[in-house]
Amino acid sequence: MRDDLLDLLWEGLKETLYMVAWSSVFALLIGIALGVTLVVTERNGILAAPTLNKIIGTLINGVRSLPFIILIVLLLPVARFVVGTSLGPTAAIVSLSIGAAPFLGRIIENSLKEVSSGKIEAAKAMGATPWTIIFRVLIPEALPALVRGITIAVIAITEFTAVAGAIGAGGLGSLAIRFGYQRFRVDILIATVIVIIALVQLIQFSGDGVARSILRRRRQL
Amino acid sequence: MIEVSNLSKTYKTGKETVTALSNINLSIRKGDIFGIIGFSGAGKSTLIRCLNRLEEPDTGRIVIGDTVITDLDDKELRLARRKIGMIFQHFNLLDSQTVFQNVAFPLSVAGHPKPYIREKVRALLALVGLEDKENVYPSMLSGGQKQRVGIARALVNDPDVLLSDEATSSLDPQTTYSILELLQDINAKLNLTIVLITHELDVLQHVCDRMAVIEYGSIAETGTVDKLFLQPESHTARRFVSIIDYYRDKRSIIEGFGAGI
Ligand SMILES: Nc1ncnc2c1ncn2[C@@H]1O[C@H](COP(=O)(O)OP(=O)(O)O)[C@@H](O)[C@H]1O
Ligand SMILES: [Mg+2]
Repeated sequence: MRDDLLDLLWEGLKETLYMVAWSSVFALLIGIALGVTLVVTERNGILAAPTLNKIIGTLINGVRSLPFIILIVLLLPVARFVVGTSLGPTAAIVSLSIGAAPFLGRIIENSLKEVSSGKIEAAKAMGATPWTIIFRVLIPEALPALVRGITIAVIAITEFTAVAGAIGAGGLGSLAIRFGYQRFRVDILIATVIVIIALVQLIQFSGDGVARSILRRRRQL
Repeated sequence: MIEVSNLSKTYKTGKETVTALSNINLSIRKGDIFGIIGFSGAGKSTLIRCLNRLEEPDTGRIVIGDTVITDLDDKELRLARRKIGMIFQHFNLLDSQTVFQNVAFPLSVAGHPKPYIREKVRALLALVGLEDKENVYPSMLSGGQKQRVGIARALVNDPDVLLSDEATSSLDPQTTYSILELLQDINAKLNLTIVLITHELDVLQHVCDRMAVIEYGSIAETGTVDKLFLQPESHTARRFVSIIDYYRDKRSIIEGFGAGI
């Protein structure tokens, strides 16, 4: 029985890690694009385009106002189109990435906004292009804040992954529901919760560690 | 060297419009340290920021050397800015980069090869007296050292002009003098034209050759720094100078009584 439990947990954890890792990567790529675009297209931004800014902002707010469980259902056809099925971990990655990207976009936007306008002005005064300013000023200067924000987002994606488990995504979430809720296996339910908590702690701990080591290298800590 | 004609600038914030500059005319000679003095909100920063078009003028023409700054498109402006150094009150160094990388920034933006960059950055760090701080991050430096890095960064592309917006205003008096001395030194060594904005008469008197007084967005008077002290014409200039006169009078009264304080 105990071996059986460990096996289940191990399979669940592997699926969860697979979903969290890939969803985070894709959500991060989309989120960076969204966040950077939001910052540079602001009215006083380095590539001011207020209308585009409004459109993206409204889209993000729209997606973010939907409860995640509804968003997954809405995105099922997209998942089927991209990976050929709407069931299983790979299909869930599509929904998770698209669902988390707007959240990451806002987090990245907020971190980048913390970079003082004076630094951007100085770069402009030295003849830097907007591209250079994005990659050599905005992102590096905001890096510690970015890492902290991304950590929060990865933890949110971990939570979303558990929710996605409820509708057939697999992973620890579906383990908890299939055994803990539907078959009253309290031991599996508790074990799953412990593994998820440990996973979240580990993500937070790693994120904090990376942010701190960046600051320490720059002697800002 | 720098010719400004009929320069105007208004800011629109919501419904309000603020006239920051109205019909500015200025002529700055090559190799001068030119001071622009005025009270807070007079339009000094707006004026100096118009010179490299960090702020877009509404009307007017700006010529620096042979370049009509106001006629340039984005790309030409970026090239022109390489020859216009700028230093700031809050230094605006990049905390993510070492002193070396900060000073190298304008050169790598301009696409210079690495060996050239290394040589040039070291030469500039020597000029400002920070050879030993190459690999240090800005957060480890004092205010005066940070401004030295700012100066090295502003000069690394061999500009013709250096713009200084209150570059000593957040430094203590002693550090202020050392930075002013450095600017004088650079001005003499490199025959660099310096436009220096300040709200401190002391700074103006210490380093500037000629000056302009700016009042409510207009030039109230221009001339040599001596003229400002001997024959202040504008309201602003008289207020600046009257503070000095007040203490001179007070001192002579005290001395007259033979009293030591
Ligand atoms: N970005 C801005 N938006 C709106 N008003 C501004 C802006 N920058 C400056 N101003 C206004 O323009 C006037 C001149 O400001 P500034 O040039 O900064 O003065 P100074 O540098 O002499 O203190 C002030 O009334 C100020 O409030
Ligand atoms: Mg100012």
